[in-house]
Amino acid sequence: MTSLAATPHKVFSPARVYAIASNTLLELVRLKVFYFLLLFALLGIGASLITVKMTFQEQFQVLKDVSLGAMSIFTWLLAVLATAMLLPKDIEERTLYTILAKPVPRFEYLLGKLLGVFALLAIALALMVAMFVVVLYTQEQTALAETARAFPPGPELEAAQQAIRKATFHFSLVPGIAIIWLKAAVCATLTLLLSTFASSSIFTIIVSVVIYIIGHVQPIAREYWLATNPAGALTKVFLALVSLMIPDLTAFNLVDDIVAGAAVPIGIFMQTAGLGALYVTIYFLVGYFIFAGKEL
Amino acid sequence: MRRRLLVACAALLIFGTVRLPFEMRLERERRAALFQGARLDLSLREKIGQMGFLAALSGFRALVADALWIHASTVWERTEWGAMKVDFDAVTTLQPRCVLFWDMAAWHMYANASIAAYEDRKQPREALRLKAQREYWKLGEDYLVRGLANNPESATLHINLGTLYKDRFRDHCKAAEVYARGAAVPNAPEYVHRFAAYELARCPGHEREAYGKLLALYQQGERERLPTLLRLLGELQEKLNVPAEQKVDIPPPKP
Repeated sequence: MTSLAATPHKVFSPARVYAIASNTLLELVRLKVFYFLLLFALLGIGASLITVKMTFQEQFQVLKDVSLGAMSIFTWLLAVLATAMLLPKDIEERTLYTILAKPVPRFEYLLGKLLGVFALLAIALALMVAMFVVVLYTQEQTALAETARAFPPGPELEAAQQAIRKATFHFSLVPGIAIIWLKAAVCATLTLLLSTFASSSIFTIIVSVVIYIIGHVQPIAREYWLATNPAGALTKVFLALVSLMIPDLTAFNLVDDIVAGAAVPIGIFMQTAGLGALYVTIYFLVGYFIFAGKEL
Repeated sequence: MRRRLLVACAALLIFGTVRLPFEMRLERERRAALFQGARLDLSLREKIGQMGFLAALSGFRALVADALWIHASTVWERTEWGAMKVDFDAVTTLQPRCVLFWDMAAWHMYANASIAAYEDRKQPREALRLKAQREYWKLGEDYLVRGLANNPESATLHINLGTLYKDRFRDHCKAAEVYARGAAVPNAPEYVHRFAAYELARCPGHEREAYGKLLALYQQGERERLPTLLRLLGELQEKLNVPAEQKVDIPPPKP
């Protein structure tokens, strides 16, 4: 007891952040959020069945598009729904007061909560990737076996089998999957920022969804704002606000191009990752600034 | 609290101003590297509908393209070529970097639709059936040419365009040109450079140039001395009156 009392209180403690993050993750897992994986599996199997009449290349293309699109939707939904209810739930259950009554700074509390959601997103995405790889591998093996039956051994068979392997899982998909996680992380941080001043979870979710949609047309608004056109002053002000306040989420849509066979240059990947990290940092700091002045 | 919210809004505005030039540059780079020349504009909105357009804008471009592709496959079973073309146009606009979509769209037009047009029993006049057939070849050519503009490194599209010129249009000069470009693409199959030389040999006015290329292939050794090469080389030697001492000894074809 004496030694504990003698330990000086740290301004920032990674151990405290870790404790909050792991508790947040545990709470979210207990909410059975991973049930959505069943839906993901059904989508994967469904895509395989729909494309059964198509060529192998078409089947793989559709399967990859559907799976990666579903990964993108599910991680985003998980990010928004899980984050939107974090603060209201803690306030409603009075857990927030118990934690903040201890020597836990609000910064650490908020960071721990966010890192818990990030961990949840990473686990969910890893599970989806694992399921995707299994389905793709199964289809690849079926295609290889059918090709082996169709061609006699020789260079033609080798070329056909090589084409099949090339059309399935490729290492180039990894950066695309990493960006899916980053996009979900940006959306989660933005949702956390909204929830620091929102009056209810419903409000946070609705605003977050609207920002998500506007975030995908933001480049169009930006282009129109900066172009010379006869738009009125009010329109220009509105477009400027959309361009400056809403994140450009199209920057994180790399996976569509990767599935289509385009290789993402490392420079573009690094810049996108840097932009995502910057969004997360700024939104978190702004969220903390609001949360620090919130009357609890 | 209200004052803090105002400060937060100001901070987000400043952040927006700082990131603006960076995001614009990144978008330009991304468009140049990945999404070449494709734009999601109002003409596309008319093709894919409001929901599809919104979905495409919301980061689900590939999913919308797949849904349209599956629709095109269903339409194919009903042999509605016009409806297929509408779907293909939308799909290739949404996913211009996907070689498979350009390739298959072209094949459906120059092979399936063109044959269906030629064998159309409702049209008794052969001239009109031939015209319709040729129009579908042109549509196939258009997909391959536009596909190559978006994917200049695709050997598959080069080969298929070359074969379209060779087998359908019988335009050996264009076929030779496309095959030659295809042979220069990284990872192009080995046979493409041979096809370029063979087609050049059939292109009127280029006999001397073609002879040089065929001879160069012949001199590479047994591996290149395939029956088509030997036959074309023999024909050109006769046509160009190559002196007997310079002629390559062509063995008679095996029975």
